[in-house]
Amino acid sequence: MSNEPADMDLTGDRGSQTVREGIYHLVFFICAAVSVLTTIGIVLSLAGPAFGLFGGSGFFQDVSLSEFLLSTDFSPAIKPTVFGVLPLVFGTLLITVGAAAVALPFGLLTAIYLSEYASSRRRAVLKPLLEVLAGVPTVVYGYFALVYVTPILDAVPGIELGTFNALSASLVMGIMIIPMVSSISEDSMSAVPDSLRNASYGLGSTKFDVSTGVVVPSAASGIASSFILAISRAVGETMIVVVAAGQTARFPGSATELLNSFFQSTQTMTSAIVQLGLSDLAGGTTAYRALFAIGLVLFVMTLVLNLVSDVLVRRYQEDYE
Amino acid sequence: MSQNENTTTTTDEGGTDPQTDDEKLISTDVTTGEESARAAATSRTMVEARGVDVYYGDLQALDDVSLEIPEGKVTAMIGPSGCGKSTFLRCINRMNDLVDSARVEGDLLLKGKNVYDDDVDPVALRRQVGMVFQEPNPFPKSIYDNVAYGRRIQGLEGDMDEEVEKALRRAALWDEVNDQLDKSGLDLSGGQQQRLCIARAIAVDPEVILMDEPASALDPIATSKIEDLIEELAEDYTVVIVTHNMQQAARISDQTAVFLTGGELVEFDDTQKIFENPEHDRVEDYITGKFG
Repeated sequence: MSNEPADMDLTGDRGSQTVREGIYHLVFFICAAVSVLTTIGIVLSLAGPAFGLFGGSGFFQDVSLSEFLLSTDFSPAIKPTVFGVLPLVFGTLLITVGAAAVALPFGLLTAIYLSEYASSRRRAVLKPLLEVLAGVPTVVYGYFALVYVTPILDAVPGIELGTFNALSASLVMGIMIIPMVSSISEDSMSAVPDSLRNASYGLGSTKFDVSTGVVVPSAASGIASSFILAISRAVGETMIVVVAAGQTARFPGSATELLNSFFQSTQTMTSAIVQLGLSDLAGGTTAYRALFAIGLVLFVMTLVLNLVSDVLVRRYQEDYE
Repeated sequence: MSQNENTTTTTDEGGTDPQTDDEKLISTDVTTGEESARAAATSRTMVEARGVDVYYGDLQALDDVSLEIPEGKVTAMIGPSGCGKSTFLRCINRMNDLVDSARVEGDLLLKGKNVYDDDVDPVALRRQVGMVFQEPNPFPKSIYDNVAYGRRIQGLEGDMDEEVEKALRRAALWDEVNDQLDKSGLDLSGGQQQRLCIARAIAVDPEVILMDEPASALDPIATSKIEDLIEELAEDYTVVIVTHNMQQAARISDQTAVFLTGGELVEFDDTQKIFENPEHDRVEDYITGKFG
């Protein structure tokens, strides 16, 4: 009996099954490839006009790399034109620092509340509500900053604000990215095993000791990466600054000027790109091609931030089990 | 079930061997035998339960448990899964407070003070009653910081380097880790991690150490190291250990409490008596493996 050939078919339906598997494989690959190819396309479309890769004159043939990277003036329209990216980088950093000063502490403390203090019922209500903040269109935030926040801040004694200013744009941007920080941080705090909380309680910890001494350090990689993603989002944010921060490129020459920059109109890389793209500049001018060079700098900055976040997550991810 | 106090406690024969120096007993019946006759008045009661009931929602996990755990001894809690032995352990340091649905009734005294009194802060209680868990759970911090953690949150005085070394030596881990205190506690082997957790618990110098199946996740060699360590710890601390491993209870404990289904404490006596001549047939059946 045992030596008889088994009365069953082990060959499978080889032909059609192989074809079907092949088709599935291809479909999944194409979907995955779309985003990668798009990224490559964007890099090329930025680098092309910037360096003149595809014929025609490139931005860096008209303007030297040293002028672009080192000049503290950006005046693309008024002759003599100067194309220094530093004022725009400064504007972007100014807004980003302001936004981070709001979003990182508020986001982290919110995450601690949601993960450690809130009852599960309260968390179930609060978390989606908070994430609504992230779903509000950014143009709405922009006008909220311009129409409400700026006048309110201006009414505070001792603060003199321009109609367009970095302060209200960055504060409102900070509020917008709170959910990004709190949501990712909360996820990583919730992933901290209860066994660590119990260990800490067992040693006579208060809830605050457990939260700050065990949960936050154990979730450090997720928290750090939420910070970086939020910062990266602030660097690339466009609509709020276009609407509320103004269009004045400036580079501070002193510490006082640096502080005052918050109260004045400022220009970021993103808003400069919008301005250059929307103005009636002819397609072939240096000023028009400058937007691709600026876009390239912006792209590199956000790319580096995202890579750093990736490295952080990988290096500090603790294997709890 | 009755909780008649052992009436044979009379004289202290001054036994110096800790293995035979028996304690005042609570058993379900009058205990006999020479061992218990020597039950010494030398050891005080550290933890006393009086009619403790625990409910998780509608489910009753402990049913009218009364017993006295002597100071400076190893007391084992054995019984089948779900019998309430871990629940009892977690009553002593009020870890059950962290479970929303848990409700504790009855009196649980630590050195005569009811730990469920309104004026007792569970945080302060847990500083006196340390705990070691089933799975080794070192913090994702360095070995040094793991041991120092409790002293830091409690703001204890003293030279931290010395205290960390003392605790690691006490937990029989110092020789293995003294040149790598900066290494993450998670990089140690399972048995080393559990000894690190024991070092972490004793670094704050509690009165009582609760151990919830501390060796169940470990291999036999690591287990035997932990067992040796537990017997040594009883020189300085009162150890209460939950185990599902009856041989382990027989090897390391002075007293054994047998919980059976329904959260009932069926018998509590000298370990030797429990394993050699238990009063209850159900306990004998459990010990000899007829059920559970």
